[in-house]
Amino acid sequence: MIEVRNLHKTLGTQKILCGTSFRIEEGEAVVIIGRSGGGKSVLLKHLIGLMTPDSGQVLVKGEDLACLNERSLLRVRRQFGMLFQTAALFDSLNVYENVSFLLRREQRHTDAEMRRLVAEALEMVELSGIEQKMPGELSGGMRKRVGLARAIIHRPAIVLYDEPTTGLDPIAAARIDQLIRRVWGYLRVTSIAVTHDMKSARTISDRILMLHDGEIYVAGPTADILSSTDPIVNHFVNGIAEPRSNLMN
Amino acid sequence: MLLPRLSRHFHEFLRELGELAVLVTEAARSLRYKTPSSREVLEQLYFIGVKSQSVVMTTGAATGMVLCAQTFFQFHKFKMETATGAVVSVGMSSELGPVLAGLMLTARVGASMAAELGTMKVTEQIDALRTLATHPVDYLVVTRLIACTVAGPLLTAEAVIVGIGASYLVGVRLLGISGPYYLANIDRYTDPSDIMIGMIKATFFGAVIALVSCYKGLTCSHGAEGVGRATTDAVVAASICILVSNFFLTLFLTSLFAA
Repeated sequence: MIEVRNLHKTLGTQKILCGTSFRIEEGEAVVIIGRSGGGKSVLLKHLIGLMTPDSGQVLVKGEDLACLNERSLLRVRRQFGMLFQTAALFDSLNVYENVSFLLRREQRHTDAEMRRLVAEALEMVELSGIEQKMPGELSGGMRKRVGLARAIIHRPAIVLYDEPTTGLDPIAAARIDQLIRRVWGYLRVTSIAVTHDMKSARTISDRILMLHDGEIYVAGPTADILSSTDPIVNHFVNGIAEPRSNLMN
Repeated sequence: MLLPRLSRHFHEFLRELGELAVLVTEAARSLRYKTPSSREVLEQLYFIGVKSQSVVMTTGAATGMVLCAQTFFQFHKFKMETATGAVVSVGMSSELGPVLAGLMLTARVGASMAAELGTMKVTEQIDALRTLATHPVDYLVVTRLIACTVAGPLLTAEAVIVGIGASYLVGVRLLGISGPYYLANIDRYTDPSDIMIGMIKATFFGAVIALVSCYKGLTCSHGAEGVGRATTDAVVAASICILVSNFFLTLFLTSLFAA
């Protein structure tokens, strides 16, 4: 469904992605892990065409995103939903207007249908009845859940999550993880998340890709990666800092 | 040292000019193929047009009064006081009205647009728009462009009328110019082309304000500093565009209407 081939990206003078390649099949629940600043979010933005690679290809259902202009990309993006790290709700719109944004732009639904779809999406993220609230009135966890409702209201085939649990308390993070798993199960979507939260990765993925030094260092079933004895994987998964002598070297 | 720096600034200027041209093309394409939301346009018209009235009218009145007083003091030396109204009227209609209303709009509306879009950019709201299959130019730029282009001439007309009215009060009530002569000279020497030139300029300035401010907001760099810089750059760039283009528009439109 999504294939990344030999992706290269440099931001400023820093090489972020150096020949990243992988493939994600329809209906998979995949998590991309890696260190902070390692290019996970940059990679995720390439998958939906928010960034253009220096070289390499991102194929979505066989279509190379690098060959499409911004207007053609809008058609491809209709198949996606994306939850941003900061939720990225539109400040000037209330929850109803945020969640129904795409439906209102497309003008395919009546007001009554839109109200029903928004209510369903909010119910799925356990936030019924907050349609009139403004984003500024919501907590961090609620904002993310509203962002998730906005991302899934049009029943996308692929949902992307950028650090879905970052900045949340453990209970709110666990709730978001449950919702991501629920969305994957109910809507039969392809779920792709980037995170460095291993607890979250364990809950929401069936397969893990580890990004290291701009490349996919290892890929495999979640259980295998989490129990890997490879020193780099093991240190990352268990949060073991490199010995001081290594740092000095 | 100076030459490489100048060369770098020149390249930067050319790059920005190119990006602005792309934005203008995208906005034109959007205007041609997409129907902007009337609600969004009305909201922008309210913010840009209705909310800017007080500042534009105050500017118009102050300019009309001071122009009247200065013109009167000079013309008084030649016993030409009654021509004061004509000078104020022509000056306000074709030059001062559109330029000052444009500069006021830049300060109030241009800064706000750049800051709003810049904040949306740094908080990933622009990216969120794109993931929701919405082109930022369709949703953010075109509505502001239409509203600014409509509000620009209307606010300028308002500034000109208020300015001439204020100059009448100063000239006739305060400085003792004959009222009927004052009005008769305004009518005699103000050509409809002066008003047309002013309105065309105001429409152009409205479009410049919206496009430059939206461009600066959409290309804002990271963080609060980036938003601040984008806001300042938008005001400076739009103001310079207005002042420079006003000179060329004056030459072009005057020769056009004379022909």
